[in-house]
Amino acid sequence: CSTDRHGRQIAASPGCTVSPVIRMFFSRLRSAVWKAAAVVGYAVQYGCIAHCTLEYAADFIVCSGPSMEPTIHTQDILITEKFSIMLKTVEVGDVVIARSPTNPNIFICKRVAGMEGDKVCLNPGSFIKKYRWVPRGHVWLVGDNMGNSSDSRIYGPVPYALLRSKVLYKVWPPGDSGSLRGPPQGMLPGLRTMGDTGRSQDR
Amino acid sequence: MQAARRYFKSFASGFVVAVPVTVTFLDYVGYVARVEGASMQPFLNPEDRSFNDVVLLNRWSVRNFKVNRGDVVSLASPRDPEQRIIKRVIALEGDTVKTRTYKNRYVRVPSGHFWVEGDNFGHSLDSNFFGPVSVGLMHARASHILWPPQRWQRIKPFLPDDRRPLDKDTIAHLEEQGAVSIPNT
Repeated sequence: CSTDRHGRQIAASPGCTVSPVIRMFFSRLRSAVWKAAAVVGYAVQYGCIAHCTLEYAADFIVCSGPSMEPTIHTQDILITEKFSIMLKTVEVGDVVIARSPTNPNIFICKRVAGMEGDKVCLNPGSFIKKYRWVPRGHVWLVGDNMGNSSDSRIYGPVPYALLRSKVLYKVWPPGDSGSLRGPPQGMLPGLRTMGDTGRSQDR
Repeated sequence: MQAARRYFKSFASGFVVAVPVTVTFLDYVGYVARVEGASMQPFLNPEDRSFNDVVLLNRWSVRNFKVNRGDVVSLASPRDPEQRIIKRVIALEGDTVKTRTYKNRYVRVPSGHFWVEGDNFGHSLDSNFFGPVSVGLMHARASHILWPPQRWQRIKPFLPDDRRPLDKDTIAHLEEQGAVSIPNT
């Protein structure tokens, strides 16, 4: 029993019991299934490309919280890149996104104030200053809004492997977009007292 | 020439499809890795073998950073971001652990951290050296030993009896003496 592609019966043969309507239904069903499979395939493919781009090239971040004011405000949108982290060209003064050392499910946005082997100040501004070394494989992260930021001064040096990306541009709000402003006056010199980056220092 | 161009084109488009799909699969689902070193002996790389064990590193099961005590996990070394280490999770955040060679005898694991140790005490660079580790450094959980075939097995959480977190009474007793320290990473 054979039909053409519209489901019309071409030559009826004895023993053919499937009606043309049902045949047509199945042929349309089959083509619908193929179309759905193609859509799913393309979705998976573009999803994977998107994942790789966001994971290994560049990323958008919506910020919240006061810790980086006045450089970054709540609801600002940043574009960040991953290559500096991968190639280890991060320097003191860069603003980076990192996984929080105290909660792996949230991300923090801070400024790098010291690299491994630097000597950093735990309490700049106070009379009796305390210092410590940034251990090997770690960075010292501090928020620009030093009076209202929980950062390395609270939870200590952050492992370099927790860094995710480096902030490249601010894309929103439009009036304040472009490259990020530098650190507040006197912030980094007050924090980092000695630097011989590359020196391996235990603890 | 035409054929070569068409061939190259299909090869390139196949590449564009295959590479991101593969990378995403490895990132979300898991991958296979060879264990190096003696730090997890005798569980991994038992001494009498000259070749290394191969384990399946499951990424999907740790996508929310949830692990159990006794799981074997791979993580980035806190001292060297390039280096991956494989250790056993001994204690989770909030637990109090009796350390082996750390500077403090008793340690309360801070939030967002865990305490990891190699099974082979003395031949392992672990939390006894660098203290509690950020859970965010965890990369995957070792879920199966794949090779050698005679040791094929699912890896079950296992905690030696002497490495369990301390119970409430002991902690209260130690806190009275001020013996429990809460390290700042």
